[in-house]
Amino acid sequence: MIQAIDILVLALLACTAVSVVRMRSLWAAVMLTGIYSFLGAGWMLVLDAPDVAFTEASVGAGIATILMLSTLALTSTEMKRPAASPVFPLLIVGVTGAALCYGTLDMPHFGDPNSPIHQHVAPEYLKDAVPTVHQKELKVGIGNIVTTVLASYRGYDTLGETVVIFTAGLGVLLLLQGPRKAGGSDGREEGAP
Amino acid sequence: MSTVWGLYNYWIVIFLMMTGFYIVIARRNLVKKVIGLNIFQIAVFLLYITMGKVEEGTAPILPARDFQTGAELPAYSNPLPSVLILTAIVVGIATTALALALIVRIQEAYGTIEEDEILARDREG
Amino acid sequence: MIVHSILRIVAKLLIPYILLFALYVQFHGDYGPGGGFQAGVIFAAGFVLYALIFGLGAARRSAPPAVVESLIAVGVLIFAGTGVVCMLGGGNFLDYSALDHHDPQHGQHLGILIVELGVGITVAAVMISVFFAFAGRGRIR
Repeated sequence: MIQAIDILVLALLACTAVSVVRMRSLWAAVMLTGIYSFLGAGWMLVLDAPDVAFTEASVGAGIATILMLSTLALTSTEMKRPAASPVFPLLIVGVTGAALCYGTLDMPHFGDPNSPIHQHVAPEYLKDAVPTVHQKELKVGIGNIVTTVLASYRGYDTLGETVVIFTAGLGVLLLLQGPRKAGGSDGREEGAP
Repeated sequence: MSTVWGLYNYWIVIFLMMTGFYIVIARRNLVKKVIGLNIFQIAVFLLYITMGKVEEGTAPILPARDFQTGAELPAYSNPLPSVLILTAIVVGIATTALALALIVRIQEAYGTIEEDEILARDREG
Repeated sequence: MIVHSILRIVAKLLIPYILLFALYVQFHGDYGPGGGFQAGVIFAAGFVLYALIFGLGAARRSAPPAVVESLIAVGVLIFAGTGVVCMLGGGNFLDYSALDHHDPQHGQHLGILIVELGVGITVAAVMISVFFAFAGRGRIR
């Protein structure tokens, strides 16, 4: 049953991605990217990662779409017909994809509970959070293990990510809030606050 | 699913990645390139999340009841990929916003967002 | 200007609940799915919806850019400041157990809550000001 859902969602994801490639209207491509994000979020939910699905749905399908649409409003909504032939890019993509697929042959199977990723760090996190008979004293004692790891065990990491967001926000503000270049402007300066 | 077909999740994720990669290298429009990067990025997120899935597992959030009594608990999927990707998503949108801001500035400076036209104008001097 | 009555009324009804839901996601993140990142984005989405329906001017009046832009830094400072307070309490940087010496578990809980709040403030402020920057830039030509 779950496998059927997996395959259905993955097929929809693949269809959406391919239609984004073929789409020449940027407006439609942006909307399809939003759908792609939602489908991705749906699959993440099936894969037991509700936190990530939540983030992907609000960020990928919400804010990213809005920002891309506002960029389209400032630029153009149609793209030109690609001039070069698609053979060379297809070749590169095909070779890279084949190499990656060859690499997956050594990967643990989907959902395998004995794969290396489940043996090393995660069991300690779960052991610290889940009360057992032997261990009444909990290290953190918060229900959502993802939040625990995010904010406590990997606090440095999250601090770094917050600083990255801070820096990117500053970058956008510096790029878009400065005075408009005189050359290309026809005097509309209402954008500056 | 003990055969090689147990790897199907990776293959479709790789297909999605390559679709994004193709958009990035084959399309000249800068907004389209950012869309391609987004598709690539989400495929990478999915790659990480599929690795964290445990068969018959459930989300790594403890229900309050078990949390207090310490009753027998089900198998949990791996919380670590979730944590890594959770932060990566938000960093991804921040960098996407930066890329889009650069595109807006390019449009204002060159009057176009088609890569070949920008390069042609640069060569003109 | 066209007055979209249905959109305006529905948005008016929805926006308070979007903001309330963001706060729920923010402060319930330790027991359910959620946390600072998601809450910040949802909070920003409320303001984006307001700006889309009622115009950028109204949104700028309700969330003044000067305040929002300083909140970007405030969030990071809350996060890093928590780490410094942990150091003052005798622990390592970001070792929340040092926040409450009698009950380290409570200290962890408190630290996670504050740190997530910092993340949420930064994310929300960045998203709102980025949207304002894009939307406020008039088109050339």
